[in-house]
Amino acid sequence: MGFEKFLFYCFAAMTVAASAMVISRRNPVHAVLWMVVVFVSSAVLWILLEAEFLGIVLILVYVGAVMVLFLFVVMMLDIDIATLRAGFISYLPVGALVAAVMMIEIALVVGPAHFGLAAFSAPPAAGVAVNNTHELGMLLYTVYAYPVELAAVILLVAIVAAIRLTLRRRPDNKYIDPARQVRVKKGPDRIRILKMASVGPAQPPAADPAATKE
Amino acid sequence: MIALSDYLMLGDILFSIAVAGIFLNRKNVIVLLMCIELMLLAVNTNFVAFSHFRHDITGQVFVFFILTVAAAEAAIGLAILVVLFRNRGTINVQDFDSLKG
Repeated sequence: MGFEKFLFYCFAAMTVAASAMVISRRNPVHAVLWMVVVFVSSAVLWILLEAEFLGIVLILVYVGAVMVLFLFVVMMLDIDIATLRAGFISYLPVGALVAAVMMIEIALVVGPAHFGLAAFSAPPAAGVAVNNTHELGMLLYTVYAYPVELAAVILLVAIVAAIRLTLRRRPDNKYIDPARQVRVKKGPDRIRILKMASVGPAQPPAADPAATKE
Repeated sequence: MIALSDYLMLGDILFSIAVAGIFLNRKNVIVLLMCIELMLLAVNTNFVAFSHFRHDITGQVFVFFILTVAAAEAAIGLAILVVLFRNRGTINVQDFDSLKG
């Protein structure tokens, strides 16, 4: 049990330190990379909480997709960092004050007095037979089947919205509309139909019918 | 033994750091979006911790849906950011004042 505690404090400290780096880095690319560290160490904490599926999903989806998307956008945009950083120091006192007050207030509520081991005893470690992914899947595809479909629709809406927002028509694009191509008629339009002598199918070899007669 | 309050305190600290980040980087939309992701991560950590300590896997189902919505939100937010940058040439929040609100 001592090793588990060591792991928790190790990765919790890493999460907090990396998130402090996220909000304080001058270069947004560095901030995104520190964010990756936050997500990976959080995934370890979730796996410590026996939420293996979500821990792996956090790494696959967040580090693998969302953060890479952030990285793409940050590198694609040509940002003037100096003007964006203006006023960072002047906002520091009020930001730190609000964050500290908020942290203390929440800590008073969720601290060890109310949610310590006395109130919520640590559950026994799940055995090897317990399959977190299986349990989650059993619940998702039975009780929560309708919300899962709604989540799928939300993702579809996100795809459509993101594509529609960033799509733009370029005037130098040589795109041809297939519908207009199909609608072309003879006469006023640009095609004319030629009369051609039809060609019959190829004659079979002479030896073939003789072979079938025998 | 690791208590539930340890995880809740971690979520508390993460959330407060994200709030401080919104104050500090109030001109940079990208860092603002990342601070929102940090907040969601703190909330998700709370959900997973409660799910573990109360033997109720429903909390993990909720985290699943929050992750879905957060991914959609990040995609649309970044798309809006790209369009803004294309039209205005900047991502400074204080330059987005066309509506004169």
